[in-house]
Amino acid sequence: MIAAAGGLAAAPPPAADVAAIDVRGVSKHYPGSAGTSVHALGPIDLRIPTGSFVAVVGPSGCGKSTLLRLVAGLERPDAGTMMRYGTPLDAPSHEVGIVFQEHVLFPWNTVLENVLLPADVLALPRAAARERALRLLEMTGLAAFADHRPQMLSGGMRQRAALCRALLADPRLLLLDEPFGALDALTREELSLELSGLWQDLGRTAFLITHDIEEAILLSDRVLVMSPRPGRIRADFEIDLPRPRNADTPRLSRFQELKQEIRDIIFDRRA
Amino acid sequence: MSAPFSSRLAGRATIPAVYLALLIAWELSVRFFAVPAWILPAPSEIGRTALQWAPELALNSLVTLRETLVGFLLAIALSLPLAVLIALNTTARRLLYPILLGLQSVPKVAVAPLIILWLGLSEWPKIVIVILVCFFPILVNLIAGLEAAPRTMLDLMRSLGASQHMIFRRLRIPVALPHFFTGCKVAVTFAVIGSVIGEFVAAQEGLGYLILISTSQSQTPLAFAAIALLTLLSIALFHGIEWIERRVVDWTP
Repeated sequence: MIAAAGGLAAAPPPAADVAAIDVRGVSKHYPGSAGTSVHALGPIDLRIPTGSFVAVVGPSGCGKSTLLRLVAGLERPDAGTMMRYGTPLDAPSHEVGIVFQEHVLFPWNTVLENVLLPADVLALPRAAARERALRLLEMTGLAAFADHRPQMLSGGMRQRAALCRALLADPRLLLLDEPFGALDALTREELSLELSGLWQDLGRTAFLITHDIEEAILLSDRVLVMSPRPGRIRADFEIDLPRPRNADTPRLSRFQELKQEIRDIIFDRRA
Repeated sequence: MSAPFSSRLAGRATIPAVYLALLIAWELSVRFFAVPAWILPAPSEIGRTALQWAPELALNSLVTLRETLVGFLLAIALSLPLAVLIALNTTARRLLYPILLGLQSVPKVAVAPLIILWLGLSEWPKIVIVILVCFFPILVNLIAGLEAAPRTMLDLMRSLGASQHMIFRRLRIPVALPHFFTGCKVAVTFAVIGSVIGEFVAAQEGLGYLILISTSQSQTPLAFAAIALLTLLSIALFHGIEWIERRVVDWTP
């Protein structure tokens, strides 16, 4: 499905010592019922090195989506410091592309218009953006559906379109909030492998939130395991599996080993 | 497989057949009980009178249609900026909403004579009454629609750094459109009633005026014909808006 990324080659990598995301001592509370406050997250330290693929796995309700919203700049932490490419992170940035759990495509726009949304918002040159959007749709096998409304597409195709939109403005950092969570297992695996290939071709930095351990291992260089609320990082795994990853990767004994270790930590079965 | 032609035809014909049966029952009972035409005319009598008075009915229908449409369109023009203001600004909401709700709660029939007193005998007092009768459903639905944008979509726009203006144009307006049309469909049937209220109080033309003078002269079949035309006008306007809605809001199933 993934064609060569002609014309979409990565921008020259920035200085390697500046992390894409550097989060220190960040925590978040939400107002609960009757004036109480719910401790959702942290304190957490998180470093996403430039050019790497980092995943966070954890049980539902552990605050991992809150972590992504903080990293995206959609919410502010109660404590701690957050840096994005060496500058304080206090608002969303066009350097960051997000794929949400639901596709969040506008039903009143065509697939192409949806993919072009960032170009409209950021007032990018029209013709170049259109060309890039069509090339992204081509790479994800959606070229024939450019003029369709998203509601005509299957769940997997909608999420591909959402990925195209996130990549349109050529973001340095891609945030993925359980992007395949709403899809069936077969589509999920297919899309994970596609994303893995796409990520490697484009050479970007990515941060994935998921509850699917296999998906996290398959895609990532590092997998962080979160504890139940208040979410803290409980373990940090280096995923030393060879790239490019493919449909055979989950059969490697190292993959199964990592999966078992991560499961043990999530279910608290480590000796 | 689609159903055979004959059974589809039968399905389509059922509802008109019921209406026709009701009309025939009306016709027969009026004849059987010999009800005088000035109390309840038979459908055939109404039809005959309508043909006889066709030019007058057409002229007065046009007057009522014009008052209704001008008032309705002005109500939309007034509701649009008010809804935007109320949806976006909490101070404006606290200031304006009670006033508008109060205006809506005043019985329009009760203030109609005052409006005629202030504005005279032209078409304008009727138009003002139409505006008063139909602005509220448009406004309330429009406000609800402008506030109906899902949080996930707002997050998406915010994550792109979109301005309020951009969020409005690309997200809030399309989300509001189906709500707006719902308000318009309710309002347009009210608008016809508004015109008739105005014409009842003081007028020299219009279907309301025609009903008033024909009943006062025991010309009941003519009054019935005018009422039938008002009903048809209301239904036609409703379907007209639905037709526009289907072309504008073409993304809902």
